[in-house]
Amino acid sequence: MDRAAIIGVGMTKIEKSKVRDTFADMAWEAVNKALADAGMTIDDIDNVVTTSSDFWDGRTISCMAVGDASGAAHKNVTCVEGDGTYGAFYGMTRSLSGSYKTTLVTGHSKGSQSISSLITNSAFDPIYERSLGMDMVTACAMQARSYMHRTKTTPEQMALVSVKNHGNAMKNPLAQLPMNITVNDVLKSEMIADPLHKLDCSPVSDGCAAVIIAHESVATKFKQKPVWIKGVSFCADSFFFGDRDLSRVKSLTEAAKKAYAMAGIKDPKKEIDVAEIYDAFSYQELMWLEEMGLADDATAGKLLEKGDFNIEGRLPVNASGGLLSGHPVIAAGLYSMAAVVKQIRGDAGGFQVKKAKTGLVQGLNGLGGQSHCVWILDQEK
Amino acid sequence: MAEKEHIIIESGDAIQPFAYTVGMYGSKFFAELRDNGRIMAVRCPKCKKVYIPPRKVCGECFVEMNDWVEVGPKGVIGTFTILRFAFIDPETGAQKPVPYGYGFIKFDGADTLFQHYISVEDEKKIKIGARVEPVFSKNPTGSMRDIEYFKVID
Ligand SMILES: [Zn+2]
Repeated sequence: MDRAAIIGVGMTKIEKSKVRDTFADMAWEAVNKALADAGMTIDDIDNVVTTSSDFWDGRTISCMAVGDASGAAHKNVTCVEGDGTYGAFYGMTRSLSGSYKTTLVTGHSKGSQSISSLITNSAFDPIYERSLGMDMVTACAMQARSYMHRTKTTPEQMALVSVKNHGNAMKNPLAQLPMNITVNDVLKSEMIADPLHKLDCSPVSDGCAAVIIAHESVATKFKQKPVWIKGVSFCADSFFFGDRDLSRVKSLTEAAKKAYAMAGIKDPKKEIDVAEIYDAFSYQELMWLEEMGLADDATAGKLLEKGDFNIEGRLPVNASGGLLSGHPVIAAGLYSMAAVVKQIRGDAGGFQVKKAKTGLVQGLNGLGGQSHCVWILDQEK
Repeated sequence: MAEKEHIIIESGDAIQPFAYTVGMYGSKFFAELRDNGRIMAVRCPKCKKVYIPPRKVCGECFVEMNDWVEVGPKGVIGTFTILRFAFIDPETGAQKPVPYGYGFIKFDGADTLFQHYISVEDEKKIKIGARVEPVFSKNPTGSMRDIEYFKVID
């Protein structure tokens, strides 16, 4: 199979409210940063994929409003609704299609402009679920409870994820919430929905991220060191939350297995050097690690306590600060991808990990992770 | 220096009316709930899984389901949360009184979980695996609110 690489990344700072910027203004900033990072001009971009959600943007066909600022004029531009990792998947297939050599992928959202719980409530079934008030926090609190019940993960272990990631964010100038906090601070923060405290939850955020994905024939033509896509897969589970075993994530396990197989990875615990995963809530980091086979079942909390997932640890997880430190929905997965790209290039600055040859990125779609997208990125082709 | 005012355009009271059909499966479910206080589910002819809420297609098997079965009304708590922060009620736009319980209920005879409120009168009793039963509305209209909430029974 032909190969593709990520040859440029650009992100706005993640902020609570970018009141000075429209969606297009954010796209302009992220796109120009990605072009500069790659050493490209907009003329070097063959086609564009934007990623957005109509409900979050408060408009129909939200992708059309950011086309101009994303350099899509006179080009084939298309849209993915979902996490940015899914936009990137589509972008990669376009770069591999033979029709295009370079694809610019963007993802944006502004949580600040709406009431998050009403937006996430709208994702649920309008007949059976929505009217009772189900939203993302409620759903994830129930998933957290199921996971804790099965694995005996403790509130203290969950809180430690938040402590680690907010601490890591102090080394990332793009993060929204760098904080030096303790487990006790998390446990004493307001209980939102049992067992989730306020500091177990990611904040409401604004931001836009862009990545440029190139076919191997042009991947080394520009200034930037290419980061190679070695494996990628996404899998979906059933729509109704109640159909799933909420203490497990079958679709993530399958997606990870397929991505490892494609990348030729036999022992992910040993072969993955660095990971950025979708920690919208503290427990999710532990749950996703286990479901991807990066920790044995029901052990992630204990490994976290041992320091395994710290920047200096065996497998640094969310060294950038993760989504607990800034969660622009939709753009989120592209921020994670850009963070791993920077690690592999050795450009991560204050949150650079020691060894970063092979990295893992995980994005998700749907509340509580109905569908998961797993990427294996590598320094070597 | 005086703080600058941000100029923001708000959506105001604009609404987007939308009529969601409940379909033939939903019609049967809500009519049985309203008229007879019965909880109806459908069974997959292939994998035999009993689905609630009822729907036409078993996604696992990609086959149509027409085999109706009554489940519950008693069951157990599959998982739950207790909301302590006032979320906005999407039906009324008002802040909901807290705390309130929200859970996934596994009706006796069903294989999937059904979400609803759980009474939090005695929080200590709310546990995964606790037995519950629905408290039905006195004025059923054919909606999810025909069940007011579930309560733990010993
Ligand atoms: Zn079936």
